[in-house]
Amino acid sequence: MQRILDIAREKAASTALIIGVFVFWELFCLAANISDILLPRPTQIIAALIKYWPAIWPHTYQTLYTTLVGFAFGVAIGVAIGVLIGSSRLAYDTAYPLLVGFSSIPKVAVVPIFVLWYGAGTVPAILTAMIICIFPIVVNVATGIATVEPELEDVMKTLKASKLDILWNVSLPRAMPYFFASLKVAIALAFVGSVVAETVASNRGIGNMMMIASSSFNVPLVFAGLFVLAGLGVLLYAIFSLIEHRITGWAHRKTDLAAG
Amino acid sequence: MNVMTASSSIAAPIARPFIAFEQASVTFGRGEKAVQALQPTDLTISEGDFVALVGPSGCGKSTILKMVSELLKPSSGYVFIGGREIGANPIRIGMAYQNPTLLPWLNIRDNVMLPLKIVPPFRGEFSAKRKGEFRDRVEALLAQVGLSGFGDKYPWQLSGGMMQRANLCRALIHDPELLLLDEPFGALDQFTREELWAIMQDLWLSKKLTVLLVTHDLREAAYLANRICVMSMRPGRILDDSPVDMPRPRTIDMTFQPDFVALNQRLRAMIVGARGGTGIVNHPPGQG
Repeated sequence: MQRILDIAREKAASTALIIGVFVFWELFCLAANISDILLPRPTQIIAALIKYWPAIWPHTYQTLYTTLVGFAFGVAIGVAIGVLIGSSRLAYDTAYPLLVGFSSIPKVAVVPIFVLWYGAGTVPAILTAMIICIFPIVVNVATGIATVEPELEDVMKTLKASKLDILWNVSLPRAMPYFFASLKVAIALAFVGSVVAETVASNRGIGNMMMIASSSFNVPLVFAGLFVLAGLGVLLYAIFSLIEHRITGWAHRKTDLAAG
Repeated sequence: MNVMTASSSIAAPIARPFIAFEQASVTFGRGEKAVQALQPTDLTISEGDFVALVGPSGCGKSTILKMVSELLKPSSGYVFIGGREIGANPIRIGMAYQNPTLLPWLNIRDNVMLPLKIVPPFRGEFSAKRKGEFRDRVEALLAQVGLSGFGDKYPWQLSGGMMQRANLCRALIHDPELLLLDEPFGALDQFTREELWAIMQDLWLSKKLTVLLVTHDLREAAYLANRICVMSMRPGRILDDSPVDMPRPRTIDMTFQPDFVALNQRLRAMIVGARGGTGIVNHPPGQG
């Protein structure tokens, strides 16, 4: 019970800020008499969210699906490349310029190419989500692996440990905090990727729904789409934070871990 | 110069030294930028011996350790272990550095157990015995260094001295034939260090393994070792190789007795000479 109270006290300030922002938004719109076609009030947005929920839900599901599938592929590829270039100086020097160049391309620009290859719909959204989240994962995993203490590596080599032994027992666990930090960035980026692709070329998904809503001047529904995206983003971020804390608690050195 | 020359490798198997350097030298880099770290060196260490390497910083002490542990190949000459050229006859080696490098995500027990997961023959039995025999083995070793009951703690919950004890346990858990120590007690305070000397001596006396210790601390070298090799400035060579004729087990009190102090002073004078200084700080900076 005491713990719940502690957490509540910790979270009180941020909760107050969130509520404050919405209250300010609501009052500002009322006071300045802003039309809901320009900027709807939070209460109108929530009303739209409830009213259109049966229509919003399939789009939400579609966006969540493309984001998560793209994210999963992105993580798998990102970890593989990260491990590769993190464990070999040569691979690092060889591949890094290409990776930087690749990541500098605005991902919106590649959506038309994916559409050209696969047609409009689910696949371009998945691919866009995937390529947008690879880079931060690669960089973080590679950094975690490349910064293993040389003394520790010597100790392992003296034990005649193979490269795989070192990777499995030392480098990978050591890279975990870096990896989870990158996951939280990557999941947010994956949403950006899939929504952008849906906006450009899809007939499903929150991005598409917002496009259609805005073309029919249903502005509260556009904002409801934003709320859904924000909600999904926060939810997934929270899930990864929780997993991160469970797995890499050692890196945060909280005293409560000692008991558990 | 009092360099011990290796008895030739044709000698009878019984007289064969455990470790033998024959004109082994190390040069880093190539061409004009080449830096010789170690001059051609002869050094023999017999089985069960405890040898300390002392000398100025950057004199190639660690280079010798790295050659023994196969992390570094000699640029010329040979290094033999157990009578065969290095690598041909893999022996079990334990290693401990000044930086304990315990893995922060494992508790002390699992940290100490790490070599059992990697080194054969323990490797094959690891999953079957990790909760039973190996666990008891770790607990016994932890008890020997005064860490009983600390197996469930994480490294950051331990003091520097305790971490270094755990580090020693990790270097010893797989019953190495050779223990390499690179300034393992360098970062500890005087009293903790002396405690660990006693622990190290007990471990050596009970396990009868061969130890090669690199240190800056002459008292440490004289307290622990059977033999002290003094090295010159880079490019390193062995200037002197003296036995320490003190009975075992040694005590801290003995380190303050006249003949012990005299040995220390002689070694110190030699190292000061090797650094090219008078002992007063008036030599050009940058070397050290």
